[in-house]
Formats: sequence, C-alpha cells, structure tokens
Amino acid sequence: MAIEMRRGRYGKFGGQYVPETLMTALIELEKAYEEAKADPAFAEELDYYLRDFVGRENPLYFAERLTAKIGGAKIFLKREDLNHTGAHKINNSLGQALLAIRMGKKKIFAETGAGQHGVATATACALFGLECVVFMGKEDIRRQELNVFRMELLGAKVVSVDKGSGTLKDAVNEALRYWVANVEDTHYILGSALGPHPFPEIVRDFQRVIGVETRRQIVEKEGRLPDAIVACIGGGSNAIGMFHPFVEDEAVALYGVEAAGSGIATGRHAAAIADGKEGVLHGSYMYVLQDEDGFIQEAHSISAGLDYPAVGPEHCHLHSIGRVTYSSVTDAEALEGLQILSRTEGIIPALESAHAIRFAVELAKDMRQDEIVVVCLSGRGDKDMQTVREALGGGVE
Amino acid sequence: MKTVEKRIRECVSNGKKAFVPYMMAGDGGLDTLHHKLIFLEKCGATAIEIGIPFSDPVADGEVIQQAGERALANGVSLRKVVEELSGIKGKVSVPLILMTYLNPILAFDMKLFIDRCLEIGIGGLIIPDLPLEEDGLLRERLEGTDIALIPLVSLTSSDDRIQDIAVKAEGFIYAVTVNGITGGRDHFGEEVVEHLKRVKAVSPLPVLAGFGISRPSQVEQLGECTDGVIVGSAIVDAFYRDDLESVRSLMNTSDGKFKIGIS
Ligand SMILES: Cc1ncc(COP(=O)(O)O)c(C=O)c1O
Repeated sequence: MAIEMRRGRYGKFGGQYVPETLMTALIELEKAYEEAKADPAFAEELDYYLRDFVGRENPLYFAERLTAKIGGAKIFLKREDLNHTGAHKINNSLGQALLAIRMGKKKIFAETGAGQHGVATATACALFGLECVVFMGKEDIRRQELNVFRMELLGAKVVSVDKGSGTLKDAVNEALRYWVANVEDTHYILGSALGPHPFPEIVRDFQRVIGVETRRQIVEKEGRLPDAIVACIGGGSNAIGMFHPFVEDEAVALYGVEAAGSGIATGRHAAAIADGKEGVLHGSYMYVLQDEDGFIQEAHSISAGLDYPAVGPEHCHLHSIGRVTYSSVTDAEALEGLQILSRTEGIIPALESAHAIRFAVELAKDMRQDEIVVVCLSGRGDKDMQTVREALGGGVE
Repeated sequence: MKTVEKRIRECVSNGKKAFVPYMMAGDGGLDTLHHKLIFLEKCGATAIEIGIPFSDPVADGEVIQQAGERALANGVSLRKVVEELSGIKGKVSVPLILMTYLNPILAFDMKLFIDRCLEIGIGGLIIPDLPLEEDGLLRERLEGTDIALIPLVSLTSSDDRIQDIAVKAEGFIYAVTVNGITGGRDHFGEEVVEHLKRVKAVSPLPVLAGFGISRPSQVEQLGECTDGVIVGSAIVDAFYRDDLESVRSLMNTSDGKFKIGIS
C-alpha cells in the first residue's frame, strides 16, 4: 500500500507510528536536536568526549594476513571494536546523553539486546551523573550475563523483560511503555537507527562519525575511495553510520549483512529485508518479519545484537532504490568468520561483526588484488565468549 | 454526523452520560464475543469498544496485555474477529468500535479491511499507534462513510495539538487520563480534571475519558467533567473472572447519579 511522504520519511519508510502520549516528546526531541545540530558548541563537546573518553579516532586497519589468506581484494577494518566499551554503540549513547542534558532531562532509559547499547548508555550516564534504567529481554540477559553485570557496576538498573520471546523486540515494547508512563522528565536513548522519527536520523547522525573517519583514512592510505564497504545489520546503526557519507559515491558498492540464523529457509532468522514484509513496528514503517495476520514474528540469531525482526527505515529505503545490496550470513558462517579473523589477525570480533567479516571474505575472494574492501568491525567479541564456546562445542579444534 | 457521535449526543441531551466498555475480542474464546456484546448492550452501553489482540501492544496496560495474550493463544486475529462480527451482524444495535494497532490492518489490506467494516456496520476505529501525523490516508478512505476515526488526546498533548486533533476528530474525542498505562487510584488528580475541561472547551465533539478508570467513584468523578467514560481493564478483568455483577455495577454507579444510556 502507498503511504504518504512527509518529514521523517525515507521514501515511503519511517514515520511516527506512536501513541499520542509520546508525540509531544518526539516533537520536543526533534526541536532540541535541530537546535543542538545548529550549535557548534554541541559538536565541540561531543568531539571532546569522543576523542578523550571513547578514544576516537580509531584506526582503519589493513588486515594484511587476512588479505593474503583470501587472495583477493585488500581488506581494511574500521576498528569500532577499539572504542571504549567495545563497540560503536557508545557514539550514539554519548551524543544522546548530551542531548538529554541540553533538554534538562536527568533520567535516561534504554533497551538493549546484546547489552552493548545498555553498557554504552550506562557508561554515558555514569560519566554525566544521570539516572539509568535498561530494559533487556530475559533470554538476552541469559546470553549476555556479563554485560548485565557491567551495567550494574556502572550504576544502571537492569529490568528483565520476560514477555514474548524475551529478546530485543520485547525490550523495546517495554521501553516504549515505560516512556509513555515517564515521558515528562525522561529521555529514551534508543540504540539503533530505528523507532519513530527523529530517532533514525539522530542515531544515524551520531554514528556517521564511522563513515566520515573511514573516508578520510582510506584516502590517506590508498589515495582513493574503497570499491566496497560491508557492515552488519541489526537495526542498522553501525551500517548507516558507515554508509551514509558514501551514499552519493556511486562507485562505492555498499553491502549490508543481515543475520540468517539457522538459514532463511528454516524461518529461524533475523533477515527482515530478505524475508520480511512492509509494516509498522515500534513507531516506524519498515520491512518487518511478520505472519499473514500482521503479528510480529520472533527473530533468531546467535548474535543477540542482530536479533530484531525489522530493519531501520533508511536501510529499507536504500534497499528499495537499489543503492545498498543486502545479503545474509548464517550463525554457522558467522562463527567461521569469527574464527578466521581471530586466527589471521589476532582480533576476536563480536558475533554481530563476524557476520560482516564472513560476507567480506567471500566478497573479497572474487575481487582483484588492487581493489579495496572496508569492513565495519562494529565491536569486539569479549561479550560473546560464552556463546561462542557453547556453539563450538566447548573447544576449538 | 456519524452514528457514534449521534448516540453520545442523545445520551447527553437526555441529561445522561455515555458509557463505552472495552472488551478484548477472543479472551475466553471468540465464540463468547456475541454473548458479551449483547450483555454489554443490555447493561446500557452507549457503544462498545472491541480490542483486537496484537503481538506487540505497546499502548496497553498489564491487564489488557494479558487478555490479549490469552486471545492470541486462542488463535484470534483481526481477520477472525471480522469474520465473527459478520456472523453477528444485526444482532447488536449499539455502535461497535474496533480498537486495533495499525499493523494488522496493513496486513489485512487497508481497503479490504474498510470494505469489511462497512459491510458489518462498524461505527468507529481507534488506532493507538496512528497519531494525527500519520492518519491522512486512512482518514481519506473513511470519508463519507459512517466509520468514525476516533482520535486520542493525552495529558501531554499541547493546547495547539488538542485543537488540531479536535478539528479533524470524528465520533468523539478519547481523552487519555493517565500518562502511565494502568490506573488504580480512587480519584484522579486536579490536573486530570483541568485537562479534561481544557479538551472539552476546544472540542466540537463529545469528549470521553478513558485509561485507568476502574472504579465507580472514578466513573462518577470523570463523568462530571466529560460526556462520558470508557472503561477497559476493569471490564476485561471482570469478564475474565466471570464476574458479570461487577460489570453491571460499574455501568450503573451509585444512586443513579451517573446515569448512562439513552432511555
Ligand atoms: C557489536 C555490535 N554490532 C552490531 C550491532 C547491531 O546493531 P546495529 O545494526 O544498530 O549496528 C550490535 C547491537 O547490539 C552490536 O553490539
């Protein structure tokens, strides 16, 4: 069906499908964000924290041994895994925490899947002395026990959500309900390029630093733009942050990698672009995994951070106009990707990022040696060691 | 004027208040829908709001969420409710209002859904995740029909927004009386009463208060500053406990002070 075009839209995707109770907060947020964007002091402050607290800029690293092993295009890794707290999520959490402070809000809450966004948000709140509540699915709490402990150490309150499948989607539902009840003095730091306008735009803008740095770094190192860029897609924040500064460069091929779980054909996956239908979830018109009655289906992935049944609206648009190619990688393939990178480069990637690694390896194989592939290494694997060990049957052969 | 509005105005002009009970379709089995509707009509409902279960009901409180889960476990969907209502057509004369999240309508196909609603004679739609900003397409499709697109206003809606919503509203304005999603207090605070008066002052349509109204005392309190009330959780809970008496007593509160219905 056709949906009208208006602000907060990416083609027909996006919008603000939320209860009226939240509309005033969204309008206020949009206004505050526009003002912050126009204020050089805001950018300066954020830059300061990104540099001195997060450790940016992080390297664009030439993965020489991986490249040699594959024997195709040169593979570069954008090292978001080296950020403080171990993933790209901190870029957004810091930006939004500063925005909340500008709005005079001292209470923060967030949802989290892998726990990376929860940890990043708890960190930002500790840094700025803000109150922090994190909603996390029961199943994810089990999978990411250590991250729960980290959040608590940082002073956050972690609320277990046992409704539905007890994963990210259910944590977002609970977070939205919490927002409805606490809307007047509380800011929601949404963790991916999802949700009602203006969140997809805010999160993208705070993650754009990934692509902006990459662009400068690759030109410094190679004197030109890359031929291809690869990033994994949960809600799509690391990918949109990486892609956005390159969208106009038609010669740069962009690849988003969804989680194929046990395989698309099994129905147990999180690949909303590959297998979803257009619909509305959490305030936005997107591709959504759903049944014929419009009920949202559970997503499945070994990687908690990709375990979401939809993909942010800007990605949906980039897919529909054919600018970005979306593909998928299974649990088993991601585990291979994780091991290859660990062995060849001494870098253990997050399971999420391992999806991108695995896809990039296959892509690079078929490319010439003078071509360049950049992979967004969105996070490090420490949080996943338990899961990986279980999946590999307790040991590495 | 759409039928829903007409019914409410009839109540009010007879010195009474509208009472719109909410029930979750399919809680207790879809085959009980028919009897419950007739029961609520007999109790004097001005209109009846029928909730459609959804997998991700972000605007619902605990009681209604659980009722929705039970309905989902019974295999109930928008499609099935529509089928069931087609079978009941003509047996209930008060207007029926469907409350559903947007995605099931999109999955059904919006045009097809409206056609079926017209066949059944549905009197109104409440879509909690379709604010003013997004309702243009549906509004257009409902133009010239007797299906009212009933908007919500909340305690957080600014005066300007309330005005914008009121101008486009059909049927009645659903004034949300809590920011949270569940109630439980004996009486609502002064700010709620003030808010309702503000909505009432700008609205050309009847204003009904809803959300968190679960006790006769609240029904009376909020009924006084509006044209009536919507009661959800308390009715859902009473049906679940099979406690028809408390449904009846909610709808006919003490001393006839709060008289509902048309006659
Ligand atoms: C390391 C890492 N990469 C990727 C993601 C997926 O999120 P997004 O698609 O928003 O980048 C997550 C989410 O938790 C993550 O922790």
